[in-house]
Amino acid sequence: MKFSENWLREWVNPAVTTDELVAQITLAGLEVDDVEAAAGKFSGVVVGEIIAAEPHPNADKLQVCTVSDGNEQFQVVCGAPNARPGIKVPFAKIGAVLGEDFKIKKAKLRQVESFGMLCSASELEFSDDNSGLLELAADAPVGEDISVYLGLDDAIIDVDLTPNRSDCLSIAGLAREVGVINKVDVTPVAIEAVVATHDQVFPVRVEAQSGCPRYVGRVIKGVDVTATTPLWMVEKLRRSGIRSIDPIVDVTNYVMLEQGQPMHAFDLANLSGSVVVRMAEEGEKLLLLDGQEIVLRADTMVIADEQKPLAMAGIMGGEHSGVNDQTQDIFLEAAFFAPLALAGKARSYGLHTDSSHRFERGVDASLAPAAIERATALIQAIAGGEAGPVVEHVAPEHMPVAAAVTLRRAKLDQYLATSLDKDLVTDILTRLGLEMVEVTDEKWVTVAPSHRFDIQIEADLIEEVARIYGYDNLPSHMPTAAVNFTPATESETPLAALRSVLVAQGYQEAVTYSFIDPVLSKQFFPEITPVPLENPISGDMGVMRTSLIPGLVKSYLYNQNRQQSRVRLFETGSRFVGDVNNLAELDQQHQVAGLIAGSRYPEGWYHNNEKVDFYDLKAHVEALFALNQGPKPTFERADETYLHPGRSAYILVDGEKVGVIGELHPQLSKQLGANQAIYVFEVLREAVLGAKLPEYKAVSKYPEVRRDLALLVDRQTPVSALENVIKQQAGEAFKNLTVFDVYQGQGIDESKKSVALGLTWQSPSHTLSDEETNTVVEQIVAALNTELGATIRG
Amino acid sequence: MENLNQILADALAAVAASDNESGLDDVRVQYLGKKGALTALLKQLGNVAPEDRPKFGQLVNEAKEQVQSQINERKTALATAALNAKLANETIDISLSGKGQEVGGLHPVTRTMERIENFFRGIGFDVASGPEIEDDYHNFEALNIPEHHPARAMQDTFYFNANTVLRTHTSPVQVRTMENNQPPIRIVCPGRVYRSDSDQTHTPMFHQVEGLLIDENISFADLKGILQQFLNEFFEDDLKVRFRPSYFPFTEPSIEVDIMRTNSKGEESWLEVLGCGMVHPKVLEMSGIDPEKYTGFAFGMGVERFAMLRYKVDDLRMFFENDLRFLSQFK
Repeated sequence: MKFSENWLREWVNPAVTTDELVAQITLAGLEVDDVEAAAGKFSGVVVGEIIAAEPHPNADKLQVCTVSDGNEQFQVVCGAPNARPGIKVPFAKIGAVLGEDFKIKKAKLRQVESFGMLCSASELEFSDDNSGLLELAADAPVGEDISVYLGLDDAIIDVDLTPNRSDCLSIAGLAREVGVINKVDVTPVAIEAVVATHDQVFPVRVEAQSGCPRYVGRVIKGVDVTATTPLWMVEKLRRSGIRSIDPIVDVTNYVMLEQGQPMHAFDLANLSGSVVVRMAEEGEKLLLLDGQEIVLRADTMVIADEQKPLAMAGIMGGEHSGVNDQTQDIFLEAAFFAPLALAGKARSYGLHTDSSHRFERGVDASLAPAAIERATALIQAIAGGEAGPVVEHVAPEHMPVAAAVTLRRAKLDQYLATSLDKDLVTDILTRLGLEMVEVTDEKWVTVAPSHRFDIQIEADLIEEVARIYGYDNLPSHMPTAAVNFTPATESETPLAALRSVLVAQGYQEAVTYSFIDPVLSKQFFPEITPVPLENPISGDMGVMRTSLIPGLVKSYLYNQNRQQSRVRLFETGSRFVGDVNNLAELDQQHQVAGLIAGSRYPEGWYHNNEKVDFYDLKAHVEALFALNQGPKPTFERADETYLHPGRSAYILVDGEKVGVIGELHPQLSKQLGANQAIYVFEVLREAVLGAKLPEYKAVSKYPEVRRDLALLVDRQTPVSALENVIKQQAGEAFKNLTVFDVYQGQGIDESKKSVALGLTWQSPSHTLSDEETNTVVEQIVAALNTELGATIRG
Repeated sequence: MENLNQILADALAAVAASDNESGLDDVRVQYLGKKGALTALLKQLGNVAPEDRPKFGQLVNEAKEQVQSQINERKTALATAALNAKLANETIDISLSGKGQEVGGLHPVTRTMERIENFFRGIGFDVASGPEIEDDYHNFEALNIPEHHPARAMQDTFYFNANTVLRTHTSPVQVRTMENNQPPIRIVCPGRVYRSDSDQTHTPMFHQVEGLLIDENISFADLKGILQQFLNEFFEDDLKVRFRPSYFPFTEPSIEVDIMRTNSKGEESWLEVLGCGMVHPKVLEMSGIDPEKYTGFAFGMGVERFAMLRYKVDDLRMFFENDLRFLSQFK
């Protein structure tokens, strides 16, 4: 909410500067977002009166004016269309400075001398209006400095109020708060009942009593809607961010800003029968003030007459029942609408108004009668009119009840870790307007004032005491707690360690959005229906990812398009698979995913820019598992449409599928615009977190024995099959198997490949003899032959 | 005698003149060998007067030793020179880069989040996590944010259906922890959160670390102390910090924490970095904790904001573009 500092100071005027005031209210919980000057910087501008205006001899659009500053008369050339004798306008004299450095000097315009300049509101930078000269009131004192006269030496303070402090959405409320902080008195405007001069009333019937516990109305006859709203009111409205419309609407807005009571004025001529406060009928239509037609729902409260809805209660008036330029008699409304009845309603229609903002958060239920008197008096002063009697409907059973709240000394001391003086606490609470029902050494029994309906429980009072005492004045210390070890199991690898493994391999960590383009999702996983968002931020963020891979591939493409050809990215995060209507079953498991593409090593002098392949990535995945002796993964040919059918695998642990690895399908890759092969993996985080406690086994003192085997097998036979056979046959002393060459091509049968294996044995108890080893090797070769048709390569 | 001196001088000159091992061997044979010149002198011992024999013998032996030692020395010198020449030939350009992988790096958000986690782990907090697709109850109701509460408008929520949302904060993890544990509770909850807001300073997904401490006698002073110290440690600076009243439905009193920043022109301004407060009694009660017996505080911070301040990143959106030229600055 924006407000004028000067306006506030009419109510409460502590001896503090603007900066101090801003800091004060911010530290009281009314956070100031912005402070700006009420007008531009200028000097030497006074109230001038145009005495005469003659046509310019050499220019059609200019006039030569005679302007008085009260002492002297000046000749001023002016181009404003509204320049005419008798009006009072801002007059920048010779020597005046507008803005930073626009100096007014004696000038000649088309051969006529001009001594100064007459100004529009925009030239003084307090409005955008540059349609003509700013016309001042007829009684403006000629010669007075314009900033003094218009009170332009003012700050517009924008305070960002939290939803619980709607009591401060008015000058009255802010003044109360500033008074409490500074311990100074507040001078509210005096409000006196306006005596009715006729007895015409308009009947009111409140059907929606719980939503509208109080409704106050009054007929004012014979108002002059063509009257001009005085500049002081226009200025206060402007500085509060509200445009002047007509005197009636201006007054209702003014009273809302001043008192905090939203109001509405109806044109009496357009009301039929009586005013009815009721719930809308489903499908009823209402053309709003802003020109849009709303189809009402039955959960919405309206102000209606006997025939039609007139306004959305507490939200916005209707186009056909409002004050217009023909209006003569008005029906003024000040009501209390219950927050719960309005909560979320404006928003549900895409609306948000000053009125709905206040009613949703809560308006002081006691305000309406005084507000209607205040508005009546202001309307009469500006637009005349004859006031009728005030009609009030109250449903006491639905009116908010002031909360009786007890603050216990023990609780206060415990919360704040200090013991504030009893009188100090009593004083703070009293100043805040709480009624002290009982004060003892043990407790304060209080009743909250009607404007502080947010105070409901003891903790609220503790907050009030702390807030006014000052959060920064309260003690501060580190908590004491029993010393306790944080468990640190070695049977699980910390995620940070896994990240380090990938970082050491040159990966940069990425963070991609959890929602992706449904089109992209479908390109990867045509058979999986992703979870759609009801209100996505945009179409390309419409569904939850079912895998981290599409996001990584997109990031790859982003980088490829920025000349980054060697890419290594990984990400950890959730995927979302399943039915969102069955939350318990929805798979939101964390994944670790990675992508590599481009050269194996960073471009350098020592290699030939060989590209990465499947086995580079496989090593990285195996390293993740190997860290802390995690579970040993096995690989099984994968069947995924987004992966290369010959170069992809599922990752399994104990026979269970935990991930996938492979080259992105070349066709998809091409479709997406990739210019080289991309390799990706994704694995369940839980699967790689597994770790085993290392257990020492004695190191053998006896020498290792190695035998190399060169085998010819069918190309289709996986090396793992050879390994399995060998391990079965190799005996207890078997230590290790290394594949040190795989070859297919020239020199061997086309259907075969050659695999070179290094096998090592070592016994813990003796030196292995050649004979022993040879026997085992013979067994192995025989088994390989019978089981896999492998032969020793001659 | 003159003969001996001449032979010795010749021998030493020959050693000095040899520039390889086989030359040296020739010299040795020529002077010290069985038929060598010095060996021959010894054979002439019979021709020397008996009284001079011991003296002559000694002189010849000394000469032999001298030649031998010169040969040895020369041999070593030649070997060293040969090795030096070989090594010189093997010289490489040590300014060329090393071979192998370049190291990568963590995302600045992860780096910041881990750092925050570690501070709190260090003083006995556990790290807790929970689902990102949440039910309305855990994200709102249990945090004292009933339907249509104006606070819901403070957080623009992504919905899947009326009852299911993308969590708007990591607070539901706190709720779940309270539902399943009795105090003392000390947790931090890091993770992704979502709000349907996207502009220069908002991304629809960001990260939070929230914390919760519940025990007997936990006070506002504990909250102030822990956060002031955390901020000092995180920024490695003795920061000016202020605690400002605010409003969150799940805490009472509620607080926002500002730190004093100085810009390049030396101007100071307050910057909000944290929201926190004493846990609302209703929130404790709803999750089965007795608010008469226990009190506690909760706090929450945006990880991106901390990362931006710490690493001087001035564009929030960079965090999610995954541009390697940005990421690789965080090694």
